[in-house]
Amino acid sequence: MDIHEYQAKEILGGYGVKIAEGGMAYSPEEAVQRARDIGGHIWAVKAQIHSGARGKAGGIKLCKTHDEVEAAAEGLLGKRLITHQTGPAGKVCGRLYVEAGTDIVKELYFCFLVDRSSERIVMVGSAQGGMEIEELAENNPEAITKIYIEPAVGLQDYQAREMAFAMGLAPELLSHAVKTIRGCYRALRELDASMLEINPLVVTRSGELIALDAKMGFDDNALFRQQKISELRDKTQEDPREMAAADRGLSYVGLDGDIGCMINGAGLAMATMDMIKLAGGEPANFLDVGGGASAERTEKAFRLVLADKGVKAMLVNIFAGINRCDWIAEGVVEAVRKIDMQIPLIVRLSGTNVEEGRRIIADSGLPIITAETLAEAAEKAVQARNEMVAKEAAQGA
Amino acid sequence: MAILIDETTRIIVQGFTGKIGSFHAQDMINYGSKVVGGITPGKGGQSHLGLPVFNTVKEAVNQVGAEASIIFVPPAFAADSIMEAADAGIKYCVAITDGIPTQDMMTVKNFLRRFPVDQRMILTGPNCAGTISPGRAMLGIMPGHIYRQGNVGIVGRSGTLGYEAADQMKRLNIGISTSVGIGGDPINGSSHRDILEKFEADPETKVVLMIGEIGGPQEVEAGIFAKAHMTKPVIAYIAGLTAPEGRRMGHAGAIISSAGESAAEKVALLKELGVTICPTPASMGETVAAVLAKL
Repeated sequence: MDIHEYQAKEILGGYGVKIAEGGMAYSPEEAVQRARDIGGHIWAVKAQIHSGARGKAGGIKLCKTHDEVEAAAEGLLGKRLITHQTGPAGKVCGRLYVEAGTDIVKELYFCFLVDRSSERIVMVGSAQGGMEIEELAENNPEAITKIYIEPAVGLQDYQAREMAFAMGLAPELLSHAVKTIRGCYRALRELDASMLEINPLVVTRSGELIALDAKMGFDDNALFRQQKISELRDKTQEDPREMAAADRGLSYVGLDGDIGCMINGAGLAMATMDMIKLAGGEPANFLDVGGGASAERTEKAFRLVLADKGVKAMLVNIFAGINRCDWIAEGVVEAVRKIDMQIPLIVRLSGTNVEEGRRIIADSGLPIITAETLAEAAEKAVQARNEMVAKEAAQGA
Repeated sequence: MAILIDETTRIIVQGFTGKIGSFHAQDMINYGSKVVGGITPGKGGQSHLGLPVFNTVKEAVNQVGAEASIIFVPPAFAADSIMEAADAGIKYCVAITDGIPTQDMMTVKNFLRRFPVDQRMILTGPNCAGTISPGRAMLGIMPGHIYRQGNVGIVGRSGTLGYEAADQMKRLNIGISTSVGIGGDPINGSSHRDILEKFEADPETKVVLMIGEIGGPQEVEAGIFAKAHMTKPVIAYIAGLTAPEGRRMGHAGAIISSAGESAAEKVALLKELGVTICPTPASMGETVAAVLAKL
């Protein structure tokens, strides 16, 4: 789960990380009020969306007057910002963070993340901040320092100092840097964050170390013990279909194709989508219905897939282990009868009680296309999709 | 032979008396696995499915000689159960539980490293379907009847995609020595590489099918290991050609977050390392058959 910059800053502030003075605004008037409260002569008006690279997308405006703050806020609120992280659909900005301008001398990069290879938390830093770490890793990998944290003892001060020197900080800033780094580490550990990035971490003219941007991501598996973090979820930043799926205990990811999918198991779901693509089609979604797919769950999954009006055909691929094909078949037949399906449905069942499952589909009298193998299922789905598109084109003409 | 488990392996079930634990314990017994008891703290001394219930794993090790364990404990308590098994001297543990926090798994892995290698418990999972040595023993939740006994090793992250592979092979009369699910989480007990090493040492296994997916470095690390240390052919399929970057595809670990983690990149790297690639998920059986025919 991701949170907003302002939320991450509030958290980090509580862990001793220095942040510039700022406040939230939901309207241009509020934004101006925040600028007045903060005082000074320069403010940053920052769109709060769940994505990095907001600056490049025009999501951050530097303003020198209250009128400029108002104009910036008007321009940003309700605007759809598209970055390489949001995908082409972009994300709508519903809230702003107005922050005191900072007199920057130096920009650094700093983050903590869980490294899968070493199975440890790794601290990453660079004297070259501001740009994205992927770019830096590609163009100038020597400029990046990585320090691995031993899980049994946690981050040590010498490691924080090593990082401070690697980031090129002057000796006067050392104790402040160690405090900042330790604070970030504690936040990551105590709150079950999977990633914490400060880019840039800046040195100001007055000799302070400030987190100018902050991004935190949390381990979904740990949210059950992080009630306060769960409450920070901003549903407007997430795909509504995915939210609806999550509420129903289904795992769904919306994609750009037009063949809807319902599959049990994440690996088989990805493989089935690959097979659709190899057969010349494009999947409309990833949907894992999980192990215990009851009739009720099956119907919910159908409704979810069919809520995407661009879907031209639907493929169900179930390999029953704990599940039984006859139960799945009954669920599918029931769902099709309840929902007035306007598009072709292809069903492939395999595993436990497969013969009974196939018989139930055949005996239902419904126009369900069946397949025995994965390859056959994908080919039939693509063929049915193509016929559907041709039919619609003929009706249109 | 096979790897990790066979018909003589003495198995206990942690989370024995719960609904899920009971169901799968019975299924494993029906398959022929040597289940010798189970653990439910506070219910020690009782009998369940005709087998003794113990309060602690240590008691089960001391009293019934438990060697392997399977975990059905809920996510919040699963890491603790894994560490209890390791400390009690269990040699092999399968964690079925889905949803264990990543930091808990970091703690578990660190705990396991404290033991000298020859005394260290092998862990597979979490978030997996378990391990089966067909015709001998099942330590998992898979449908046992789809696996034919033979000499192909399977290691994979996904449960149902592993079933798909076993099913394709069965249709071609190809059998399996052992199939190991390593699970879909970002930090797991054993990596693809760890399991390849075991298959290489198993005289019965002739070839290995590795079923990978997007995200993380494990498939490529396994390929590097295979090139340097394996005499047996390795075949791989990597799921997730259509997966967009930065989106989690069901499994907590199935997310492309850096270079080299997409399916296409992994396939290219594995090919360079001499691994035979299944061009489609529907051709896993055929590809294995072709490699076997050349032996």
